[in-house]
Amino acid sequence: MRNRGSLSLHIPQPKRRPGEKAEFSHVAVPKAGTVERPPSGSRAQDTTNLAYSLIRVLDDEDHAVGPWNPKLDAETLRKGLRAMMLTRAYDDRMYRTQRQGKISFYMKSTGEEATSVAYAFALEHDDMCFPSYRQEGLLIARGYPIFDMMCQCYSNARDPVKGRQLPIMYSSRKDGFFTISGNLGTQFPQAVGWAMASAYKGDDRIAAAWIGEGATAEGDFHHALNFASIYRAPVILNVVNNQWAISSFQGIAGGEQSTFAARAIGYGIPGLRVDGNDFLAVYAAAQWASERAHANHGATLIELYTYRVEGHSTSDDPGRYRPADEGKAWPLGDPIERLKRHLIATGEWSEARHEVLAAEIVEMVRGAQREAEAVGTMEGGAQPPLGTMFEDVFKEVPWHLRRQREQAGG
Amino acid sequence: MPAMTMIQALNSALDAMLERDPDVLIFGEDVGYFGGVFRVTDGLQKKHGVTRCFDAPIGEAGIIAAAIGMSVYGLRPVVEIQFADYIYPGYDQIVSEMARIRYRSAGDFFVPMTIRTPYGGGIFGGQTHSQSPEALFTHVAGLTTVIPSNPHDAKGLLISAIESDDPVIFLEPKRIYNGPFDGHHEKPVEPWSKHPMSEVPEGHYTVPLGKAAIVREGADVTVLVYGTMVHVALAAAKEANVDAEIIDLRTLVPVDIETIVTSVEKTGRCVIAHEATLTSGFGAELCALVQEHCFYHLEAPIERVAGWDTPYPHVFEWNYFPGPKRVSDAMRRAVEA
Repeated sequence: MRNRGSLSLHIPQPKRRPGEKAEFSHVAVPKAGTVERPPSGSRAQDTTNLAYSLIRVLDDEDHAVGPWNPKLDAETLRKGLRAMMLTRAYDDRMYRTQRQGKISFYMKSTGEEATSVAYAFALEHDDMCFPSYRQEGLLIARGYPIFDMMCQCYSNARDPVKGRQLPIMYSSRKDGFFTISGNLGTQFPQAVGWAMASAYKGDDRIAAAWIGEGATAEGDFHHALNFASIYRAPVILNVVNNQWAISSFQGIAGGEQSTFAARAIGYGIPGLRVDGNDFLAVYAAAQWASERAHANHGATLIELYTYRVEGHSTSDDPGRYRPADEGKAWPLGDPIERLKRHLIATGEWSEARHEVLAAEIVEMVRGAQREAEAVGTMEGGAQPPLGTMFEDVFKEVPWHLRRQREQAGG
Repeated sequence: MPAMTMIQALNSALDAMLERDPDVLIFGEDVGYFGGVFRVTDGLQKKHGVTRCFDAPIGEAGIIAAAIGMSVYGLRPVVEIQFADYIYPGYDQIVSEMARIRYRSAGDFFVPMTIRTPYGGGIFGGQTHSQSPEALFTHVAGLTTVIPSNPHDAKGLLISAIESDDPVIFLEPKRIYNGPFDGHHEKPVEPWSKHPMSEVPEGHYTVPLGKAAIVREGADVTVLVYGTMVHVALAAAKEANVDAEIIDLRTLVPVDIETIVTSVEKTGRCVIAHEATLTSGFGAELCALVQEHCFYHLEAPIERVAGWDTPYPHVFEWNYFPGPKRVSDAMRRAVEA
């Protein structure tokens, strides 16, 4: 006789949906400064706690505390604050520009600025970054011109990638910013390969990559961890857990049963789970992982725990699938606000200086936009020459593309 | 009969099949609560329950492989790949597994699953939201590849695909989801409600796989098209003032050779148009078939109009897209040769 009971299929569900009040009681927020900081050469199995806890430096009184405090000087912190503010101002401006029909598409990184900007300070300028589409803060913090970024979004004659890519798909080899792919997860194994090459050549540069928690479901994530572990690749693999992959909450990516940082342990790689809205914590984790990579101990997986405050893109409407007040209810606050308060608490900043800087930034973004729009927008103005459409498919233009270029009138 | 958009018609097909067959279930990225980024699965989770229509993680290989596993259990999964441009991580599962399981097990196992995926350009989606990869599927033995061009066919073909005991790649031309776009991007698109093929019956009906439709009868030239290009070809024929016989293939493999041959034997001329890149595109296969079957009836070289052999360029959308101008030029060349 069989009497084994009937099976049932589990489909994960988020706590709250539109029309309900946001609720984050399931998000455990340990006190800042309470997580230990083992040596960066530690074995993965000795870092297990770091993969399940949450590394935080800024406490509720806005002070930097605990073993992960990177003790950054005030000047660096002010630069970090400025880069995050500029990233947000740029985002706001370009989002509006999309709404005006001058660009085809846009994606904001609002609330996630620290997850990229802090790395620009923890890494060297020539360490190679393999970003996804919400890491423009890296480029901004590395001093890449806002004007060039805008021209990319407008696909105009000054667009560095010649109108070939959707807005925000930047590329700058000289700034260690790998050409952005619209596909998900590809960044991880490619960064591992770059890092292996750097090790092969006896170079001193390391690689870093960013994907969302949603993209960890791609096979690429697992290929990357496996290769990175096997070859001890000098790479920092960042999972930006912003809770939402378009409409799918992080439980659909496998966040219900474990943390994303914990994925690393099974591969023999340390996993750090970090408050992604705490600039100092992000910097400290990146620094720890960088130190580890440079000492030939290999890779680190860092889960940057944060929240996607805006929609996935200008094509998305988050009001259809999550409570409207989630962003406000997010227990880890806002990265810009927190760093600002820390600088004020330590006497290194003031509301007045902050206002002046904010106004300067808005003016700078406006100025760059005027210049970029004078070149051209999606509505008109100078585009790249038509014939360039057929270039860079191969190094040399072969006969069939020369023929097609003629047919296209380029 | 209600007038439906292509999205509503596809939704209606899925709804009818969920209602009719408890072994049908739907999963894919964002298809559950949200109802899909193009709204094709809107309301289905609410109506039929979370285990009948649910969100999948972002892993196309996993989605397709899991659907294969469900299929060999005996279910009829319908999975959505959010954009055809994202299907490649699942390509090994499609080519090495899904397409061959019946063959390698001599019919012991079979895979009655459907992969729905929006494809094609015209939406300023850049290279990761605009591709037309149909030839990557038509080249694989064991795959049925279907592309509808209007709401009525979309529903009937999708139901046939779901009921098929073999795997079907169901490519949805996203540019015509909400209206029969004819390539004139400078003009507003007519809504589907003004098009006769937006009359979609309620409930269950089928449009057979493997059968083309003659959407315009004509004597001068046969035009072989599918998806969005059906509407482009109709506009082009009008503008070229050519009495074209326009055939909407609807199923690419197995292609309706009889309809093609009968038409080309009548007109003696043939134009093939698709959005996908020219080289090794499905047009090359059509060209070979017409040559093999109709060589002694041909009075002019076969013309191919296709996307250029470049990745889909963002800013040059309309220089790249094979619009009515290029198609009508080809029709004229074919007729005047």
